[in-house]
Amino acid sequence: MAIPRNLNGRAVAAADETLDWAAVRSQFPIMERKVQGDIPLVYLDSAASSQKPAAVLEAMSRYYRTSHANVHRGVHTLSEEATALYEEARQSAGRLINAPSSRECVYVRNTTEGINLVAGSWGRANLGPGDTVVTTAMEHHSNIVPWQILQAERGFDLRYVPVTPEGHLDRDVFGSLMAEEPKLVCFTHVSNVLGTVNPVAELTAEAHAAGALVLVDGAQGVPHLPVDVQALGVDFYAYSGHKMCGPTGIGLLWARRELLQAMPPWMGGGEMIREVTLEGSRWNELPYKFEAGTPAIAEAVGLGAAAAYLMDLGMDNVARHSAYLTSYAYNQLAEIEGLQILGPGPEERMGLVSFHVDEVHPHDLSAILDLDGVAIRAGHHCAQPLHRFLDLVASARASFYLYNTESEIDRLAAGIERARRIF
Amino acid sequence: MDQLYREAIIDHYKYPRHHGSLEDPDYKAHDLNPFCGDELTIELKVDEDGIIRGVAFDGKGCAISQASASMLMEEILHESLDEVKTWTREDILDMLGIEIGPVRMKCAMLSLKVLKKGIYGLDQFEEEELD
Repeated sequence: MAIPRNLNGRAVAAADETLDWAAVRSQFPIMERKVQGDIPLVYLDSAASSQKPAAVLEAMSRYYRTSHANVHRGVHTLSEEATALYEEARQSAGRLINAPSSRECVYVRNTTEGINLVAGSWGRANLGPGDTVVTTAMEHHSNIVPWQILQAERGFDLRYVPVTPEGHLDRDVFGSLMAEEPKLVCFTHVSNVLGTVNPVAELTAEAHAAGALVLVDGAQGVPHLPVDVQALGVDFYAYSGHKMCGPTGIGLLWARRELLQAMPPWMGGGEMIREVTLEGSRWNELPYKFEAGTPAIAEAVGLGAAAAYLMDLGMDNVARHSAYLTSYAYNQLAEIEGLQILGPGPEERMGLVSFHVDEVHPHDLSAILDLDGVAIRAGHHCAQPLHRFLDLVASARASFYLYNTESEIDRLAAGIERARRIF
Repeated sequence: MDQLYREAIIDHYKYPRHHGSLEDPDYKAHDLNPFCGDELTIELKVDEDGIIRGVAFDGKGCAISQASASMLMEEILHESLDEVKTWTREDILDMLGIEIGPVRMKCAMLSLKVLKKGIYGLDQFEEEELD
């Protein structure tokens, strides 16, 4: 098959024809939404939070309508049903990233909480003066700030891998930092600003060779890419439900079993204990040791339904569709005068295009696009260090998912042209 | 759009008034809008009678935040400090003359926030009054 090319002769990723993407779009009720009077919504902000298919909404509604009770407590019918649904969902959410066992899958509120759990539990127990933690300048604040907070308490060295002008992690500096034998190396799977897909397996092998553990922020990876934590070889992997068709308030932290077993609890309360006496307590088995208090049960059910939905579509198909939309958008936007795209070329990125338009501040651009019914993100995207590196206060970001179409991206491009004429 | 980006807003954004800095300012304050990264510094010179005789602002950010600062500089020049202290969020909205939603409100109010911070000193006014 010939590689499709646009007018500039750039290669465009081939559209995925395995699935009927119009039918997929119709499974998302919010796609019927009109905004600004009678304009069909163009939702290009899925990297901030994705929309939800009916299957997820119905699973959550059905749970509350027919089976709700507290989990792991009562022995009555509803409690058993709720517990079964809650645990089936954990298996589904774990299968999505090929976790070897759902025992190694801890429910968290989101990726941020997963990283904070590792910092607060593993980090507090294992890091001290003389130790080094490596993270990167490409990270979302959620993979920087927890380490800064812990560093202030524990006094270890925190080092950052810089980003090259092309939008990749600087592998030379990465290599030289490994020579310092860090205890932990943290990086994102996919950059939420540049869209860069990091070579997780390669970086992990390099970190392991230096004796470090590896934590990966999977918030932008899991929605778009087939993820196999065993093949990647990582030690900790966290992702959020709400960016991959699931609800807010739920996500998953996967970690290797021996790490979780050795880690102390990070919150105390009900559910996480085996035995409590006034003299002291013993901890529950995995993963409940890390799940104090009544959890977000309906949200967990929704997460499991979202994972099942994506696995039904097939993550390879999802990845092809996302790659196609991303390269289509990249090529459309690259033709707009005065617009600079941040980050690498279309073949090295996934799910999003961030950019800057001369003379038009991203907030103003977003406000003008909103009047056309087009929703994009404007701001620093919780990545201030990266924006400082790029010498920008803020940027605009269009991000794509299962339900988006070429014509929606065309409407984005037309809206940007309109904003340029106003300024 | 004609509402939010009326001509005066674009004009103040592209051709800001009193942009820069003052020599030896009597008051100076800087703040930013962490939500979207707008930045603003305001400087004032005030005479013995408490009348504002010099104004300057510097910063970077969206059209709403920077136009708001530029317009505010024009409004307060030759006014008394005591008068300016009574300015409220409503005065800023009247000055801008546009409808502003809750998200952009922080952009619009940054100028007043920095001004009040500069006059009263940090934390001596209720941030809530600007929300």
